[in-house]
Amino acid sequence: MPADPSPDPSEYPRESDPTVPPYFHPNVKATRLRAPKRPLISLTHTLSESTGPIFGDTAVAEHEHDLTKQHQGEPVGQRIILYGRVRDSDGRGIPNALLEIWQANSAGRYVHKWDPYDAPLDPNFSGVGRCLTDDQGHYSFVTIKPGPYPFGNHYNAWRPAHIHFSVFGTSFVTRLITQMYFPDDPLLSQDPIFNAIPDEAARRRAICEFDLDATVADWANAYRFDIVLRGPRATPMET
Amino acid sequence: MANPDKLPPTPAQTVGPYFGMALTPEGSSRLVPEDHPDAILISGTLTDGAGGPVKEGMIEIWQAGAHGMYPNQPSPADDAFIGFGTCHTADDGSYEFITMKPGPVPAPGGGNQAPHINLAVNGLGILKPLRTRIYFSDEAEANAKDPVLQGVEEERRALLVARVDGQKAMFDITLQGERETPFFKV
Repeated sequence: MPADPSPDPSEYPRESDPTVPPYFHPNVKATRLRAPKRPLISLTHTLSESTGPIFGDTAVAEHEHDLTKQHQGEPVGQRIILYGRVRDSDGRGIPNALLEIWQANSAGRYVHKWDPYDAPLDPNFSGVGRCLTDDQGHYSFVTIKPGPYPFGNHYNAWRPAHIHFSVFGTSFVTRLITQMYFPDDPLLSQDPIFNAIPDEAARRRAICEFDLDATVADWANAYRFDIVLRGPRATPMET
Repeated sequence: MANPDKLPPTPAQTVGPYFGMALTPEGSSRLVPEDHPDAILISGTLTDGAGGPVKEGMIEIWQAGAHGMYPNQPSPADDAFIGFGTCHTADDGSYEFITMKPGPVPAPGGGNQAPHINLAVNGLGILKPLRTRIYFSDEAEANAKDPVLQGVEEERRALLVARVDGQKAMFDITLQGERETPFFKV
């Protein structure tokens, strides 16, 4: 696949803009010893930044996009369709983007040995999904709406319901790791992680939308979460 | 930068402590078989500002192959080499990759960049990726001409150079303090 050797670096919004969290945030305890203290060094993009791994169809197996069908029985909780489109900053859909999600079950418990919360595990829910976007950048998962859970940031701190997303677009610098939240969650206002995003409009872009039109009668509610990766598409793919 | 015609990006959020459920699967830190003739072991430790190990860390690498071609460039020299790897740090903050040493890759405006591996560091308490590069101590001449490395203050450059010893390279990542790893704004 041809790579553009000279993308215009000025096209990429830098990570210092108010749409992304700073490394250090006083309300997020875990940043205190982990945020670098020296200024970042500006780097003009080279081939090293404008290229990135490409994942083929073999990267994803059949039931990986449906988190409700990975076990013998159905998981407990509210079944939802979670879908959207992955685009670049020019609005073009990004095909073959690898999306990986992980989440707590409907009780707010992760299948992870470090999760200290005593909410029940669900034998029918692992909470991990993967899919590739189609030719136009569209993706779709079926899952269970996760529950909120307490965490150790401060006294009585709770994480709002959220789903973790990992997205590989077309270059190593546009690769996105984020968390998607649900609309009208009363826990959003007290969550230091969500509120570490400085800009209010940017915080809204981390929240999915309820989509009545995409619900399926007698089966599932639907939420839409569109994702925009930084910068233009580094690898031209139009024919 | 703030072009009104551009769609604003989805904001990053921390990868959190539980990413191992989905990311860093078994084998993802091995880019070539151990018996590959060009295999090198790159290892080190991720430590925080108190000198403690970061056990909830995810290190991702992206690199060219031995011939200096990225895997998605036309006619890659080695079709099987994916150039991407990922590693969950261990309880003691250590990580390791088995890969091949990259060749020099083109620099913007002509010439080459010194052989290097691109890193992204994520983890609990890291709110967006930290980006850095690994250079190699046995490439002193190329390192002296590398435009990115030369953009780092002289006294900090050595922190980006892995100590190469035969088929092994050591590279520690330090988030704060005297030996804070230089991180890049990309």
